[in-house]
Amino acid sequence: MAEILKRAKPLAVNPLKASQPIGASLAFLGLKNAIPMLHGSQGCTAFGKVFFVRHFREPIPLQTTAMDQVSTVMNADDNVIEGLKVICEKNAPDVIGLPTTGLSETQGTDIKRLVRQFREQFPQFAKIAVVPVNTPDYTGCLESGYALAMEAIIDVMIEKSALAGRRKKQVNVLCASMLTPGDTEAIRDWIEAFGLRPVMLPDIGDSLDGHLVDQETTPLTLGGTPKAEIESMGESVATLVIGRSLHKAADLLKQRTEVPDYRFDHLLGLDACDAFTLALAEISGQPVPARIDRQRAQLQDAMVDTHFMTGFLRVAIAADPDLLVALGQFFAGAGAEVVAAVAPARAEVLADMPAASVRIGDLEDMEREAQAHRVQLIVSNSHAAQSAERLGVPLLRAGFPQYDWVGGYARTWVGYRGSRQALFDVANLFLENHHDTPAYRSIYWAGTEREREVVPVAGDASAGAGLVRH
Amino acid sequence: MKAAEIAELLNEPACAHNKKEKSGCAKTKPGATAGGCSFDGAQIALLPIADVAHIVHGPIACAGSSWDNRGTRSSGPTLYRIGMTTDLTEQDVIMGRGEKRLFHAIKQAIDDYSPKAVFLYSTCVPALIGDDLDAVAKAATERWGVPVVPIDCAGFYGTKNLGNRIAGEAMFKHVIGTREPTPVPESAQRPGIKTHDVNLIGEYNIAGEFWYVAPLFDELGLRILCTLSGDTRFAEVQTMHRAEASMVVCAKALLNVARKLEGDYGVPFFEGSFYGITDTSAAFRDFARLIGDADLIARTEAMIAREEAKIRTALEPWAERLKGKRVLLYTGGVKSWSVVSALQDLGMNVVATGTNKSTEEDKARIREIMGEDAKMITDGSPKALLQAYKDYQADILIAGGRNLYTALKARIPFLDINQEREFGYAGYDGMLELVRQLALTLESPVWDKVRAPAPWAKQKAVGEPLAA
Repeated sequence: MAEILKRAKPLAVNPLKASQPIGASLAFLGLKNAIPMLHGSQGCTAFGKVFFVRHFREPIPLQTTAMDQVSTVMNADDNVIEGLKVICEKNAPDVIGLPTTGLSETQGTDIKRLVRQFREQFPQFAKIAVVPVNTPDYTGCLESGYALAMEAIIDVMIEKSALAGRRKKQVNVLCASMLTPGDTEAIRDWIEAFGLRPVMLPDIGDSLDGHLVDQETTPLTLGGTPKAEIESMGESVATLVIGRSLHKAADLLKQRTEVPDYRFDHLLGLDACDAFTLALAEISGQPVPARIDRQRAQLQDAMVDTHFMTGFLRVAIAADPDLLVALGQFFAGAGAEVVAAVAPARAEVLADMPAASVRIGDLEDMEREAQAHRVQLIVSNSHAAQSAERLGVPLLRAGFPQYDWVGGYARTWVGYRGSRQALFDVANLFLENHHDTPAYRSIYWAGTEREREVVPVAGDASAGAGLVRH
Repeated sequence: MKAAEIAELLNEPACAHNKKEKSGCAKTKPGATAGGCSFDGAQIALLPIADVAHIVHGPIACAGSSWDNRGTRSSGPTLYRIGMTTDLTEQDVIMGRGEKRLFHAIKQAIDDYSPKAVFLYSTCVPALIGDDLDAVAKAATERWGVPVVPIDCAGFYGTKNLGNRIAGEAMFKHVIGTREPTPVPESAQRPGIKTHDVNLIGEYNIAGEFWYVAPLFDELGLRILCTLSGDTRFAEVQTMHRAEASMVVCAKALLNVARKLEGDYGVPFFEGSFYGITDTSAAFRDFARLIGDADLIARTEAMIAREEAKIRTALEPWAERLKGKRVLLYTGGVKSWSVVSALQDLGMNVVATGTNKSTEEDKARIREIMGEDAKMITDGSPKALLQAYKDYQADILIAGGRNLYTALKARIPFLDINQEREFGYAGYDGMLELVRQLALTLESPVWDKVRAPAPWAKQKAVGEPLAA
């Protein structure tokens, strides 16, 4: 069990953390015909938008209640009502997500009451789901804000029912913020291989995968979980929960629908994949398809092939809690040592991190620990590129944001194949960055031909620096 | 910040906008607003000062999703790229511990990074709970002997533009005029060339583009005392009041600094741009004219003649390829006319330009350059832009990064003209990069391929089986 070391500095340097409102927005961006509107000043939204645009390389629908000085001091209730009305009239979405921000929370907004008031005032928009969620940015991180939004989506959009199992092939999948669009696609294929029909909540694999469509512009999400599907989740035969951060949301779903659930911390590495595969076999009553058996065998083969490179590899990881533990267990399973682990905020799952300690902190903390433990690989988001460059070690990009690595958003980590590719990539980063033993030059060579040989520069900077992707 | 102070900042006498609608105070509409806040604007204006510790005082959202995302470059220190924030917690907010945390945060930044100065950016939450940034800055300066500058730029004060002005105001109030320039180094003295000190205001050295232009300043004997704020240092900002002339580059936003330098210290200024051959030459001529040194004027003309001849020869093969291509331009303010002139230098046809942030003066200038019937676009929504693109049969959209994916999703060539871009276009030599990027996207083979339907989809909707 890892010791959790709390934040020890007044100043966060090179923040690892992204805010709760951003996390909540991400969850809403995985719903179809949806748009999140942050209740705060316009900057809250503008920064969030840039954050996502640079990561996904996609246009991102995100609106704001545009609190100004007067509404900040006096009252911003009207901003919320007006904002909802404007979006309903202009864009006719299926879902509007309404996360609060540090500003509106400090002001003391009662966001749920405002939604009720909007309902009374504008009954003509009753069909449009409006999901308010309290996500101040002075607590938590992207992951927790996302989880809160998931809870709110279930709370608002799924009614109490006792119809569990009516749709015998339908399974719910609650997807945590650590999953990429590539991951959700892979999970869908995995489930469908057992003849089951997944309802992914949310489904950023459908909305943020980056695909060209005929439609040239759209003010709303271009895909994602349809509203009707969410409403049918009570009739599913089972719920698969991926990520510890979603346990509260899962509890609520179970309480509402009585659909039995299967919970997984992550789907990285052989053990995690086996547990998931087993659950699918159990739910479907089908044998494991031959192609999944083959993929499993391929992963095993890769584990054997790469263990020379991954064994004893000293790794530093900095990420949101679910992803941190997923990566930590993945690396531990390959014989690597996680010598530095940093999370931006506390979470229950961190206790299971296979490391001596987890620091609640920033990338400066990560860099210092990485240096102290002479790490050979850093795993974190694009912001860690500066640290990797200073330390002269390679960076494997994971988490948010990835703005300097094309396609990072789409990478598949989960499943037998995703895990295999991750092993290959780690092994290659090690090989590319491997330093040979410096050559020894004997004193007896003086005056001989060997003394005059051209000496290759030891530890040529290009070997290390070349790996750092700018 | 008091409402009266905000109103005063919005009232910029030197700004041509001032006669009509005030750009900074347009009321924002909930549910239909785009663009950054005052904190964003203040940070954009000052973050490139490379040897300063920039501390964002607030909870994580403000710094967490915005640090290290600028295209600006430094020739030396990289301290400005280190993200620093007090990352306020719920306890800080409820118990009012923000000021205390900030005070210790300043100490931590000074101890660990030895900055030349510390800038404090206030954000919405501390402004709302009433943290006194001025007092913290004053106490910290006294305690640790490093200048600590408060910038009161809560996001809810208003737009990005207002934030720019707040930043300029803070520099004028706390930094400019606090140091005298160092004497011109002996090694830089050249016989027959008198050194004149100048300022550039609103030049951000995006992608290092100003380095295309900087050598020409050296050649002419124009010492850049300070660039506010691309590749600049704190000590340089301190000396801006001693310049003989200032140039406001490509933005109305920091006009207040230029105007106050003129009013308080008698530093004359002009507005100009380094985009395009014509404007680059005009900028050098304006400097020479304002300084009024006959020898400088003569040497400037000689330099211009030489550089223009050189670049026109280098551009010839490119101009051949770009000539007659139709451009839809959507940028704010001064950039609209300065980029128009750059494109016309290449023989391209600017069919319409955005004038959303442009002043009447800018518009007059656009008419002068593009002709009386110049098409001006005010609606910058993705839908309107794409409609204009079709209506005017444009070949390429040139706009800010925000519209990048508008263009790409609609499968049309695009050139980024904003601050996040990866390539520099300034000065004579920057034109070569500009034409390269223009040709690269215009001539790309991908467009035809992404516009054509799948071979099996000619008649059928996706998912339907093909006819046997």
